[in-house]
Amino acid sequence: MGQTIIEKIIGNNVNKTVKPGDLVTVKADYVMMDDIMMPFIVSKFKEMGFTKVWDPSKIVVICDHMVPASQTDDVRAYHISCDFANEQGITNLHQSDGICHQLMTEAGYVKPGHVVFGTDSHTTTYGSVGAFSTGIGYTEMAAILGTGEVWMKVPATIKIEINGKLADNVMSKDVILKIIGDLTAAGATYKCLEFTGDTVAAMSQSSRTTMTNMAIEAGAKCAVFTPDEKTEEYCGIELTPFMKSLVGDEDAEYERVISYRAEDFVPVMAVPSNVDHIVPISELRDIPVDQVFLGSCTNGRLEDLMAAAEILKGKKIADFVKLIVTPASRKIYTEAMENGTLDILSKAGAIITHPSCGLCCGRTGGIMTDDEVIVATNNRNFLGRMGTSKVKIYLASPKSAAATALAGKITQYEVE
Amino acid sequence: METFSGRVWLMGDDIDTDIILPTEYLIYKTIDEMKPYAFSPLRTDLAGAIKPGDIIVAGNNFGCGSSREQAPEVVKALGIKCIVAKSFARIFYRNAINNGLLLIENPNLCEDITEGDEITVNADTISYGGREYPIAALPENLVEIIEAGGLVKAMRKRNGLD
Repeated sequence: MGQTIIEKIIGNNVNKTVKPGDLVTVKADYVMMDDIMMPFIVSKFKEMGFTKVWDPSKIVVICDHMVPASQTDDVRAYHISCDFANEQGITNLHQSDGICHQLMTEAGYVKPGHVVFGTDSHTTTYGSVGAFSTGIGYTEMAAILGTGEVWMKVPATIKIEINGKLADNVMSKDVILKIIGDLTAAGATYKCLEFTGDTVAAMSQSSRTTMTNMAIEAGAKCAVFTPDEKTEEYCGIELTPFMKSLVGDEDAEYERVISYRAEDFVPVMAVPSNVDHIVPISELRDIPVDQVFLGSCTNGRLEDLMAAAEILKGKKIADFVKLIVTPASRKIYTEAMENGTLDILSKAGAIITHPSCGLCCGRTGGIMTDDEVIVATNNRNFLGRMGTSKVKIYLASPKSAAATALAGKITQYEVE
Repeated sequence: METFSGRVWLMGDDIDTDIILPTEYLIYKTIDEMKPYAFSPLRTDLAGAIKPGDIIVAGNNFGCGSSREQAPEVVKALGIKCIVAKSFARIFYRNAINNGLLLIENPNLCEDITEGDEITVNADTISYGGREYPIAALPENLVEIIEAGGLVKAMRKRNGLD
């Protein structure tokens, strides 16, 4: 019997054939911990009676949610993070290099076939390079730090097949938003989403990452793409025979197969305050906006910034709109500076911030108040996510965000 | 499991972790300091009104959103005895079990119940308004963690401390 991609990855880790529902104990190839959770992880680790981590080379500590500090107490998390790294001999420490989910692949940690856990729900992101990765809590992380392993259930897989060519004003963000709307916020709970078809094969590594990043918004445990030559280039590796085998078999057992035609996708937004409440932008015209946010681990990569810059080149955003641009990492920031993207965005009226989680976690860099409207490229529009609980958050692609910033009202980008 | 009764707070579908505890309070040093802000985006007065022994009854996908474990910890710290929902999000479910917070899946109770009413939780059913609502059995490995009193205690035992 054939296997899905995730069954092959988990099977390789536990060295036996697995099927959905099997309870297995996997060994972590990497774990990722972010600043906001570090104080709790360290305290639980000690309370459990551990003194040494299982393998410092497999542990990555990333300060991103609170960098730089917006409240005086934030620095406490940095000190706890750095002290723990020093004490345990952990050298994979990033104090201000960007968002954890960008760095885990960009800085060369996660590779195809790896099994990875992180203390953030968007840890599903690394499936874009063909890894199994998922979010866990801080108590679970403390136990992995001590033992190097954790129990899990092998998930069933929902195969999502997309074939055809996307329109020029449709990005992978529109694709994943539409899929989440169809699945609903709980539609993939405990499941793996496996993306396949010629549309996703043609997508850049960056576009695929937007989709795995948002899989959790349908409740998914993980999401995965087949690694290919784009993955090789991005990860700076040559695919091994095992990595090349990470393809869903023809006779694999899928819980569901959902097929889309790329030509049927249109620019959409998730409207307040649910990520699965998806509406075509053509039905949302003329809603005035106060702010636009281009950034996050969902859509803060070079491709996203360049897509917005192409639309904003030589133009000015609407007078009353604040456009906040937050590159997802220092590397992206530098590249966007060197190739002129930041220059175009700044001249169009953008406020360019340091690489970090920024506004997406609602602690700094443009928090908002009652009845204000924001169009944002990140992954969540929950109540209170970016300020007060009466802020109206619309989630969109970088192209839709740029077109909206220009017009000062919700607008669909139309290719000129 | 011993039988217990409690007063019910009723909530809808998709109660996310940003509602259970907004990001700005996550960095507070202790769970006790976070308590007053639990559920504040939904109902600002709720945290103050919850009494130890109360029960939350909700719809689908309770605890969706971020991996923040402060969410189940703050619910437990408020004295909530258990949460009965149509379904739970995956990470919240694991986090709650790891902290010894009892979660019960039942598809019907949230449709029938009125907020403020009392329910009784027995070993394998919930009693309310003269009806019995079944409780499904937990997988064995979760029972082990709960019986140890949560994952911290299970690890302490593994490390020969307790």
